[in-house]
Amino acid sequence: MIKRILPPLLSGTLFGAGLALGGMTNPARVRGFLDLFGDWDPTLAFVMGGAVIVMAIAWRFQPRMAHPLFAEKFALPDRTDLTAKLLGGSALFGIGWGVAGLCPGPGIAALVIGPASAAIFVVAMLAGMLLVRFTERSQ
Amino acid sequence: MTLPGFPDAAPLAGLAGGILIGLAATLMLLGVGRIAGVSGITARATGISDSGMSRSSAWMFLLGLPLGAAIVAFMSGGLDAQFASPVVLIIAGLLVGVGTRVGSGCTSGHGVCGVSRLSQRSVVATATFMAAGIATVAIMNGFGLEVLR
Repeated sequence: MIKRILPPLLSGTLFGAGLALGGMTNPARVRGFLDLFGDWDPTLAFVMGGAVIVMAIAWRFQPRMAHPLFAEKFALPDRTDLTAKLLGGSALFGIGWGVAGLCPGPGIAALVIGPASAAIFVVAMLAGMLLVRFTERSQ
Repeated sequence: MTLPGFPDAAPLAGLAGGILIGLAATLMLLGVGRIAGVSGITARATGISDSGMSRSSAWMFLLGLPLGAAIVAFMSGGLDAQFASPVVLIIAGLLVGVGTRVGSGCTSGHGVCGVSRLSQRSVVATATFMAAGIATVAIMNGFGLEVLR
């Protein structure tokens, strides 16, 4: 039981702290990064770069481990196909990201920074996710 | 420290934040055996998705996000943040919700975990949402749309 609680809680806490420290919980910072052709703010390139470098090292260890430290087996995505859904969905997400300067992680982390605004964003995001679920079910 | 030519940038805080995010994703990968993708974990916790980690684990991860942000806000004496109006937040939230489910991930799952794995799908997804975000901000600025208050 403790294995199902502590590692994800610690991971989420580190993640939220990193988002806040890196400035991603401030939509002005995020939109400044996306404003490449205007008053560009490169801060988020350092956030992405730091995260990707650490994770690239983690991916070198993963194949050498028989199983995760606190779970029985790895459950990782293995798809390689490039689909219209992948491209279209990512484009829609990118537009939404640009409009308000929030993506899912910072939106949830910002619930303690701008509670009313973040809550509106998160509820709308859940509504969008539900919409996809019901659309895919009815097909 | 500031970057020459970019007086408002915070490169060291950005790098430190990125390293924390990388460590968080490392713990999820090597500890739990899963991708630290926030959109997928959110869908899992709320029951919108039927596959993924246990729902209790998903909720613990999500609970940690505001907890970690609160710790940083407390230690730094508060954090600046400007948000869009409710109507804009609703439009953006819907787009982000639909887009991340259809596109199988967001900045964390594709952008951090997938790109660092050199996953073809994640590299393409990340290039796509970055380009879309950059184009959106450029177009909005072109029309003089100021959304943050």
